[in-house]
Amino acid sequence: MNDLGFPLLSALIVVPVLGAVAVALVPRSNAALVRGVGAATTLVVAALSVWLLVAFDASDAGFQLGEKYTWIADFGIAWNLGVDGISLFLVVLTALLYPIAVIGVRPHHDPKPYLAWLLLLEAGCIGVFLSLDLFLFFVMFEIVLVPMYFLIGGWGYGERVYAALKFFLFTMAGSAFMLVGIVALAFLHQQATGELTFDLVTIAEAQGSIAQTTARWLFLAFAVAFAVKVPLFPLHTWLPDAHTQAPTAGSVILAGVMLKLGTYGFLRFGLYLFPEAAAYFAPFLVTLGVIGIIYGAVVAAMQRDLKRLVAYSSVAHLGFIVLGTFAFTTQGLQGGVIQMVNHGISTGALFLLVGMIYERRHTREIAELKGLQKAAPVLAGVFTVVMLSSIGLPGLNGFVGEFLILLGSFPTRRWWAVVATVGVILAAVYLLWAYQRVFHGAPDEANAGTPDMDRRERLVMAPLLAAIVFLGVYPKPVLERIEPAVDRLIAHVEASSDFSQPEVAATEGGR
Amino acid sequence: MTPAGIAQIQPIATPEIEWFAVSPLLVLVGGALVLLTAAALARSRPPRGFYALFTVVTAALAVACSALLWQRVTDPARGPFTAIAGAVTIDGFSVFFAVTITAAIALGALLADDYLRREGLDGPELYVLMLLSGTGGVVMAMANDLIVVFLGLETLSIALYVMAGLHLRRLESQESAIKYFVLGSFSSAFLLYGIALVYGATGSTNFGDIAGFLAGNVLASNGLLLAGFALLLVGLGFKVAVVPFHVWTPDVYQGAPTPVTAFMASASKAAGFAALLRVFVSTFDVYRLDWRPLMWALAVLSLLVGSFLAIVQSDVKRMLAYSSISHAGFILVGAEAASDRGIAGALFYLLAYTFMVVGSFGVATLVAGRGDAEHGLSAYRGLSRRRPLLALAFTVLLLAQAGVPLTSGFLAKFYVIGAAVEADSYALALIATSPESPPSSTCASPSPCTWATRPREPERPPGRPCGYRPAPLWPWAWPWPSPSSWACSRRRSSTSPATPSPSC
Repeated sequence: MNDLGFPLLSALIVVPVLGAVAVALVPRSNAALVRGVGAATTLVVAALSVWLLVAFDASDAGFQLGEKYTWIADFGIAWNLGVDGISLFLVVLTALLYPIAVIGVRPHHDPKPYLAWLLLLEAGCIGVFLSLDLFLFFVMFEIVLVPMYFLIGGWGYGERVYAALKFFLFTMAGSAFMLVGIVALAFLHQQATGELTFDLVTIAEAQGSIAQTTARWLFLAFAVAFAVKVPLFPLHTWLPDAHTQAPTAGSVILAGVMLKLGTYGFLRFGLYLFPEAAAYFAPFLVTLGVIGIIYGAVVAAMQRDLKRLVAYSSVAHLGFIVLGTFAFTTQGLQGGVIQMVNHGISTGALFLLVGMIYERRHTREIAELKGLQKAAPVLAGVFTVVMLSSIGLPGLNGFVGEFLILLGSFPTRRWWAVVATVGVILAAVYLLWAYQRVFHGAPDEANAGTPDMDRRERLVMAPLLAAIVFLGVYPKPVLERIEPAVDRLIAHVEASSDFSQPEVAATEGGR
Repeated sequence: MTPAGIAQIQPIATPEIEWFAVSPLLVLVGGALVLLTAAALARSRPPRGFYALFTVVTAALAVACSALLWQRVTDPARGPFTAIAGAVTIDGFSVFFAVTITAAIALGALLADDYLRREGLDGPELYVLMLLSGTGGVVMAMANDLIVVFLGLETLSIALYVMAGLHLRRLESQESAIKYFVLGSFSSAFLLYGIALVYGATGSTNFGDIAGFLAGNVLASNGLLLAGFALLLVGLGFKVAVVPFHVWTPDVYQGAPTPVTAFMASASKAAGFAALLRVFVSTFDVYRLDWRPLMWALAVLSLLVGSFLAIVQSDVKRMLAYSSISHAGFILVGAEAASDRGIAGALFYLLAYTFMVVGSFGVATLVAGRGDAEHGLSAYRGLSRRRPLLALAFTVLLLAQAGVPLTSGFLAKFYVIGAAVEADSYALALIATSPESPPSSTCASPSPCTWATRPREPERPPGRPCGYRPAPLWPWAWPWPSPSSWACSRRRSSTSPATPSPSC
């Protein structure tokens, strides 16, 4: 039990599950109550996450508020939770994005199972970020697939079944490798130390108990699972389909939270468990990340479907995060973590906006949208801010992350950083171009009558805009909480490999 | 404790029988005989559900006896023991299987009750046969002698042959019975020949003696023994339906009355694996280097063939049959590890699998309707609307079969994979987990089907005209693909987006 005297981390996982059960018990005919229970649950979780933010000790680099209960004693598996600077903001992001997605988007049919699945998904996502037990992590990592599969398959658009199945199969095939990797890691650790455990910290701190080559293979097994989830370049093909066909709230959560499971996995499990192997494979992964940046941007520019365009922009943005992560510098990692949060906010907001446009116009074809600015000025204004944040305009949150990533990766991965900079320009190209085509010009007959944002939609977008501006102007409170954990991780990598980060990147220069 | 010494002194002495050791068997056989006699003598038909209730009570009694045995076996002062001149062995392993098989009997009887009445076949026969067949299974699990294994196998199988053909008016049922009978007898012959060869090589059919002989002697030429292994593996592999001895499975599973299929898939597989594990992992342990590669190959083949063929089935019973083949492959992964952890994993897998498979076939029983005919995927369309709880149950069962976390299927998979990894069978572990995708797609495919009809028969708010359908907006009516056609349905759905809704 932690110092709070309240199992806060468990509550963050359990409350959504209870909410899902409560939603399932409300009679179907009472749709208002169903929605009310769903929204109330997400608000409670959001409140808990704010408590977490307050209770978090910014100066502590280790895992905080830990909770550990034995689960399967025979295998040394425990319900082991903890939070550090890296996971803190991802948990908060999830918990705060959820009320927005749940209140801001109404399902088109059957709100009851929809909300129940969404809440289970929330529990799974938060569980992934909080797990400090390899088995528990895998359970959470896999369990999120099920609600998402049903959300895409049941409430999606167009070819939703194809998209849902593709999403399910890709990610499950990836995690197959990880499952074997996790089990192998635990048994190898047992052979070396005599203790069978799935505890992340115990295994990670016992560096050297596993031979170098073995560790590299194991890292690859983990990396496949995470690379599918991120998604890294050759494994990304599920993403555009899943994002495009998913219902709006599903896209928001998928882009905002679920893609981070991969990058978070790289940080927490890749780097922490296998520092030497991570350093060994870093050039390879960074290359894939940079390919993703350029490829995602180019493909995004070619899209005719607005939602697909946003989906491909995620491939590019996630490439940046991978670049920052495998730069192995304090700034790069900090940038990677904060960029995860930023991407969650801005891409989540973009998907919400695209959803709103679709609700009004019933199309996402860029060619059929024209001059929306005249008809819906507030929508256009909000879109502008969010889009600029996604491009990385200074003063908005996207800039902080991308700048730190480029700054941090320049000393160690110079040419990759140089190429990645092109991606920033390309982001401006595809987003501004799309904006021009959709919002500028004189609206034709079909677009002229487009209604503007109503009060609920404005209410939903307001906190996102506030976060975009706040994080762009004053990211210090976030960065100073991320930094100790990141420094500790870098020190861990340096201690167990022949890598050491250059002096210049270690100093606090990036702000 | 063992009366072996007495047997040697007096050549014609019958062995002392420890009734307590075989009490689960006695309860099952006794129950079967009482039921048969009582039903034959009774003047009037018993009240509804009496036969099923009787069977369940018998099974519960057998479980209670097993529980007593379990207490004795786990008591450190007494521990496992052999009885009846070393013919049966009572240890945690056999008691575990006794309970699993008895549970399958109870579940099968519960499924059969409604089914038999629906099909106009009500009568005690199926229950009696089920009890007898289960007895055979328990005998196989308790066997400590190859001959006893064979006796159990025959008791199990012969009852099953009859059960498969029990639905007299269904041609498929008759066909499946004949098929199962012919191929089953064939495989029994293999098993028997294998037993003969092993006896020839080792001079005994008793597991303990064989293991002792093999541990103590190095055979100058072990061809006979290896041929015996191979034939035993064929015989038992047939029973548990591993590739390439699986060809009967889809036809028989499809044709047999669905509750019988449920029983067949659970009890018969459990019994077969009990014998397989006992024979190979514990008796032929010394020769593990010879049989492990065989098991490896069988496991890989079963996993791949089972999963991939399951995807393309459009009949749910056939699909479940193929997925049961890939489950058998998974259990073989545990056997291949040839370790305590492997056996424990395989046992847990079998227990979890029993409930999953009986449950899935139970849903199939309910969906099939009168005549046991509706097994196409189309019958599952809209299940969530018609019978939401049934659809939910089916979804959970299929997710468990796919091994999604927080279901027993996942833990079962985890234990087996753990054993394989511990035994350094990394390749096998990877192959076992990667077709995790095909089975999950298999299992996932009907599950959207059950929920799919949400789109097909959309919830109509009261007051709205029946024909209301915001078609261009939310294309409810996308044709949901059957597993066989999900690849091509993509093309189809893009060309004909809106199928007319039949519900209005």
